[in-house]
Amino acid sequence: MSRSSGVWVLGEQRNGTLHSVSHELLAWGRSLADDYSESTLDCVLVGHGVREGAEALIHHGADRVYCLDHPELAIYRTDSYAALLEALLRDYDPDILLAAATTMGRTLLPVLAARLHAGLTADCTGLRIDPDSKLLLQTRPAIGGNVMATIKTSYHRPQMATVRPKSKRSLHADPTRDGEIISVPVDASRLSSRVRRVGFAVDETMGSPIQDAELVIAGGRGLRTAKRFQTLFEIAERLGGVVGASRCAVDQGWAPYAHQVGLSGKSVSPATYVALGISGSPNHLAGMSSSDRIIAVNSDPEAAIFQVADVGIVADLSEFLPSWLERIQSLNGERAS
Amino acid sequence: MKRILVLVKQVPTSESVRLNEETGTMIRTGTDAAMNPLDLHAVEAAVRIAEASDQAIAITALSMGPPQAASALREALSLGCDEGILLSDPAFAGADTWATAYTLVRGIRTLGDVDLILCGERATDGETGQVGPMVAAMLEWPVLTYASRLEVCGDELQVGRAIEGGMEQAACPLPAVVCVLRDLNDPRLPTLSGKIRAHEAALRILGASDIEADSAHLGLGGSPTRVVNVTYPSFRRRAELLDARQDGIEAAIVRMQRFLGIEETGA
Repeated sequence: MSRSSGVWVLGEQRNGTLHSVSHELLAWGRSLADDYSESTLDCVLVGHGVREGAEALIHHGADRVYCLDHPELAIYRTDSYAALLEALLRDYDPDILLAAATTMGRTLLPVLAARLHAGLTADCTGLRIDPDSKLLLQTRPAIGGNVMATIKTSYHRPQMATVRPKSKRSLHADPTRDGEIISVPVDASRLSSRVRRVGFAVDETMGSPIQDAELVIAGGRGLRTAKRFQTLFEIAERLGGVVGASRCAVDQGWAPYAHQVGLSGKSVSPATYVALGISGSPNHLAGMSSSDRIIAVNSDPEAAIFQVADVGIVADLSEFLPSWLERIQSLNGERAS
Repeated sequence: MKRILVLVKQVPTSESVRLNEETGTMIRTGTDAAMNPLDLHAVEAAVRIAEASDQAIAITALSMGPPQAASALREALSLGCDEGILLSDPAFAGADTWATAYTLVRGIRTLGDVDLILCGERATDGETGQVGPMVAAMLEWPVLTYASRLEVCGDELQVGRAIEGGMEQAACPLPAVVCVLRDLNDPRLPTLSGKIRAHEAALRILGASDIEADSAHLGLGGSPTRVVNVTYPSFRRRAELLDARQDGIEAAIVRMQRFLGIEETGA
């Protein structure tokens, strides 16, 4: 039986806790469903103990939540998740399926697209419905952020996309919002997985601490030495922010890859972004230009970073940084005493 | 294990890549090109597995691309791969990730027995990271993405996956597809003898009929997705500039502190 429906998003949870990126997907899905005239927004949540998460999804914009709940689904496994979702998608035949461009989404959606012979666009930063054709227009940065490509899938369904985390703000939760939570029976024959998890070593630096930060203090080539880059960690700590790095700074070994901002690293949109000695390659700008407020310090007045900044300071970092750190230290000292 | 396949892609090295305005696909001729950087780590991983094994393991590098992509395969040979195969046919041009994966899988089926497929997690040009998992799905093999540790223990792979919040240790039987990150290893440099061998080696070039591909699934025409528009990003703000060379470092620091709301105006 085929029950055609409109826009679907794939919620993401880890060990029963909903990941906030699910709410961002719902914000995207809501705007598409509303553009899609009279379409509902459906969400699928696979995991274990996800009932509470399902309610939060409704508060954040979902009309219906399909829950696949089973102890063996508590952690993501490609084989079982793909087998269950493939069956569900074939049954319900949605027009659009969105997932987050996390390690899960970027593994699971290609597998589903291959099996369903569907079109899939990676790492989208913009989504809208073409008013004439009603097709999903998917926009993503290409060639290191030098261009923005808009992609459509005319004939294959669903139209699938992974969406870059932090490319849209979540809707405010509305606890009075009504929706339907549907428990989907889990077919035990689809639970097997060839890949087994044999261990997990928690390392928070491996995730995306920079993506949740409200203040990012980022450094690049213009800092010139590892030692000078190190001072960013002290500044960030004293100001309550986190350290970001350009690709060049990571390539130099000044910061771990988890701190890399840009198309080849993480996208961030904090309240405040401080760019120090970053010239502003298209790759970098693609990952931070949606920050609320941007201030940049660079020795080159022509640097591209000044084109996306609200305030620019032309200064040599070898001069600026030590004096600034000293100022922050003295202010901190005053407060402490 | 008898044979490891490494999927390699030739990517432009310059930032001045051009796009075909009509199809929105990349023009891959006439630009400086090299093997995708992450693929070097996949090649290195394959060579290390072969070196550590007491049986003979053959390493095949496979690529899809225009004729000049042969140079990426020669790079793979110079680093220790035994054989290079290029899937090249005008019919393959303009393929999206689905059609690329389909073509690679047709090529892989033509080769016969393969125990392990390694590839870079993504390429620097498309940055999609989709082809590896799609190849696995079409072969119906398990896939392990984001691999930053890799060990072969008999018929089992042990893989460390760098994912959100930490490192997952996963185990998986062969055959499998593994998509690697750069933390996996430090790729060696080619030796002079390796370069000579690579230069002299004959590459196999296979077209659509050699791999018995369904022409409806190839190239631009066989691609579910289509680029409809390309724009050059425009930036929405223009900084108000303060030049510390004229106004002094103190003024610059005050401006920064004010921006961050740490010091009041005139403080």
